[in-house]
Amino acid sequence: MTVHNLYIFSRNCTLLYYAEWNRLNKSGMTKEEEAKLMYGMLFSIKSFINKISPLDPKDGFLHYKTSKYTLNYLETPSGLKFVLNTDNSAQNVRGLLQQLYSQIYVEYVIKNPLCQLNEPIQSELFKNKLDELVKSSPYF
Amino acid sequence: MSRTGARLDAKKVNSELFTLTYGALVTQLLKDYENVEDVNKQLERMGYNMGIRLIEDFLARTGSGRCYDFRDTAEKIQSGFKIFLGITPTITNWSPAGDAFSLCFETNPLTEFVELPDHCLNLKYCNILTGVLRGACEMVQMEVASWFLQDQLKNDSVTEIRVKFVKRLEDAIPAGED
Repeated sequence: MTVHNLYIFSRNCTLLYYAEWNRLNKSGMTKEEEAKLMYGMLFSIKSFINKISPLDPKDGFLHYKTSKYTLNYLETPSGLKFVLNTDNSAQNVRGLLQQLYSQIYVEYVIKNPLCQLNEPIQSELFKNKLDELVKSSPYF
Repeated sequence: MSRTGARLDAKKVNSELFTLTYGALVTQLLKDYENVEDVNKQLERMGYNMGIRLIEDFLARTGSGRCYDFRDTAEKIQSGFKIFLGITPTITNWSPAGDAFSLCFETNPLTEFVELPDHCLNLKYCNILTGVLRGACEMVQMEVASWFLQDQLKNDSVTEIRVKFVKRLEDAIPAGED
């Protein structure tokens, strides 16, 4: 199993953090452009799902799957967006995304007064802890 | 707030230490600004800055989703007080339209050992709480206003914060590609 890469977006569309572990195909554009594209797609999927859903869309968009990979999506009520690409055999990645949020983001960004919210995350501690968590997860 | 590492349950902090630290903060502000109105304003602002971070901690701990109505919000605010201050305010005095309610505190850890001197009668000692509420709600797309109706420090029997719903904020949309 593999975890490919991770995007974290703030509620104001900024890319807070990008990490990559096993990515074979490069998109051929800058990270900023790619992030914009990604955010735009997520935004469209979200509004598409909310409009088209025949029932009350409670959690909204959770993941999509292609023949090669799965994109897992978690949005907190405060508008933070976590996007994790894994391979198709990884089940229930939501738990890992929740962990990323509550054990890594909250602990090492929110509780670090030197980390500005809505700006790309520079903290080394955050980077290391995140890497550690993902590498120790069963999906890696 | 304390750093808890990988563990999720917060380390218990002695509430007396917290009370006294907050007291020292207010005293310092009073010295710095010499004007009670400015101190009220600063406390609210500091509360706001705390609220926009505190909400993430709250959401991560409770795993709660977005509020579907304002009554739901009231209950979540109540549980927030339980988590962060260890007190459970009662929710009362709903406005007929259901867009405002009061939080009543029998006890308030912020105001233990506190007496207001005569020249500070306009000081809203706990004004930081109104800022916290505003900041936290703003992060979940809700604009609220809150203010003190009664205050035990001013010889009322309970401390009462009135919370009013102002408007729903819209999600940010990505900037257009031009």
